[in-house]
Amino acid sequence: MAEHLPLDLPEDGKLSQNITWFARALRKAGLPVGPGRVIEAIRAVEAAGFTDRRDFYWTLHACFVSRPEHATVFAQIFRLYWRDPRYMEHMMAMLVPAVRGVQEDRPAAPAEKRAAEALLADQADRPVDPAQPQETEVEIDASATASGDEKLRALDFEQMSTAEMARARQILSQMSLPVPPVITRRLVADRRGRAPDWRRTLRGALARGGEVTEIRTRARATRWPNLVALCDISGSMSQYSRAILHFLHAVSNREGQGWARVHGFTFGTRLTNITRHLADRDVDAALQAAGREARDWEGGTRIGACLAEFNRDWSRRVLGQGAVVLLITDGLERDDPARLAAQMERLHLSCRHLIWLNPLLRWDGFAPRAQGVAAMLPHVDSFRAGHNIAALEGLAAALADPRDHGERARLMAMLS
Amino acid sequence: MTPIPDSIEAVQQMLAGQDYVCGRPLATVAFLALRLGRPLFLEGEAGTGKTEIAKAIAAGLGRRLIRLQCYEGLDAASAVYEWNFAEQMIAIRTAEATGGADRAALKTELFSQDYLIERPLLQAMRPQEGGAPVLLIDEIDRTDEPFEAFLLEALSDFQVTIPELGTIRAPEPPIVILTSNRTREVHDALKRRCLYHWVDYPNFDREMEILAARAPEAQATLSREVVAFVQQLRTEDLFKKPGVAETIDWAKCLLALDAIALSPEVIADTLGAVLKYQDDIRKLQGSEAKRILDEVRAELAPA
Repeated sequence: MAEHLPLDLPEDGKLSQNITWFARALRKAGLPVGPGRVIEAIRAVEAAGFTDRRDFYWTLHACFVSRPEHATVFAQIFRLYWRDPRYMEHMMAMLVPAVRGVQEDRPAAPAEKRAAEALLADQADRPVDPAQPQETEVEIDASATASGDEKLRALDFEQMSTAEMARARQILSQMSLPVPPVITRRLVADRRGRAPDWRRTLRGALARGGEVTEIRTRARATRWPNLVALCDISGSMSQYSRAILHFLHAVSNREGQGWARVHGFTFGTRLTNITRHLADRDVDAALQAAGREARDWEGGTRIGACLAEFNRDWSRRVLGQGAVVLLITDGLERDDPARLAAQMERLHLSCRHLIWLNPLLRWDGFAPRAQGVAAMLPHVDSFRAGHNIAALEGLAAALADPRDHGERARLMAMLS
Repeated sequence: MTPIPDSIEAVQQMLAGQDYVCGRPLATVAFLALRLGRPLFLEGEAGTGKTEIAKAIAAGLGRRLIRLQCYEGLDAASAVYEWNFAEQMIAIRTAEATGGADRAALKTELFSQDYLIERPLLQAMRPQEGGAPVLLIDEIDRTDEPFEAFLLEALSDFQVTIPELGTIRAPEPPIVILTSNRTREVHDALKRRCLYHWVDYPNFDREMEILAARAPEAQATLSREVVAFVQQLRTEDLFKKPGVAETIDWAKCLLALDAIALSPEVIADTLGAVLKYQDDIRKLQGSEAKRILDEVRAELAPA
């Protein structure tokens, strides 16, 4: 934590109001802060007194932070809100894109941008006119060339803003269309079942002195399938994959979303498993960790080699229970297309449903001319664009309907 | 009752007495599991001898081996206990026919030891002759999460509660060995309670020892070629590398065909004993098998 200037707390009468404002800012930044906690915090601050800034900080911290991931966001908002002038300046500089990088003495830490935005949005009720973030469609320009040399460097993800987060949540609420559940071999009590459930039948009979009045039945239980996402993060795909990774992060952290488990992999020149990072609750931290992990960002693409690695080391481990695979790549392969075709076939054989998302598909004139695309196309169940939010919504249709093939048929016709 | 071996070497000797050849790392972890009474979690590719070690330990210690083969949908009824419903129904009818059906008495009688069918986990908690049994929970990765959670509980206190009979507690905890082929990652919580070991493919010398113990009738020259060939195959880019079980199978196949040495033709005819995927077999057809064979021969020549 940075050193702080002495904090001049507002007048006592204003204190509870200020804490309420502060809580509102926290809520904007995504912390689960309800009115109950606000009342608790005001009581706690009154009880503790506040001669020292640090005590005040930890008192509020105790009331508002309930998960370790929230601590960073809390720290940022606290500093901003209780007016550390130098910090405010820094945040303002960060919020104005034109000034960004000019006044910056250090790169922004994760969650800072969110904290700043939450605060500024919060001032809407104050006599200051906030700059509302523009909602833009995620339109990505895809350069149709695969770069030749590998640039081995760790890449810092662009930070996710509140607007983007809200957008991601929006997509997800539309995405959570029912996925067809997998029928398991486990039997559970079900009145419409076929298999007799003798245990329950006899218990029922005993309650009536041994008179069997009805045969209880059991049926196969169902569960949600697992999702395995393979994301291309090479040069031609990086901007696009970033959006997808945000999206995946949200998918893997959504309760009752219809996926038992979400496994994530990134590939460019090598394959990286980012599943554990996706479980991180804070988007910024997760994306930063994934960026550290995947060191081949914006190198070239070696899809065949990476798929081979996945098939050899991971497919048996993550595709064992009927997983749906989401392959996100433009299909611009540098290596041998024959090998790519063989690996695609292997992948297709070992998963339940293979969906390929390709941002290049949004061009009306897109034809499967690239060798890689032609090699991969015969082995996917469904082929879709998914280059913007609308297209991602279409993905839900693909998941909900195993007979949906997206654009596959049209492009296969071009191939023949 | 055979006592637990008191050193790593003693474990190795005990296993060798059962024709199970194992390296020091595996012997160490087996010794610790026996000594500390902790479950042993063995993970590794198929056919590396994970199930065999449980059999060897049980035979070496003169204990009973109780095996629970896992499959998807395995539930407590098939793993712990089940009531014998057919017998219970007959008892109810009999009680009705004789007319002396006292409900409370009937209930106690129906859910008593006589009508209980014990499944592997419950059997393992019963006292056995020769001491606590070896409980082998095979291919745990094939079950689902709910069963894994149940197992976690059962393995932590070795007791099972049957509502009508009360709690059955193991007089001394069984020796538990879990195996997994890693078709999915088993939950950390379960692994944490166990001693973990990744069972890898053996090196040339150890595989020779294993083959000598398991297929003693094979000639030394043939064994050497077979082992060297399989060792070489494992370095190739295959979808499924052959395990030790495949080596032993292959040697037995070659013996059945009266082969005294490998040749490209013999390999082509018997490749199905070693490789189980069409892609892999196709890779080795024609000149590829000959190339590997020549490499192997060149390596073995000075020996």
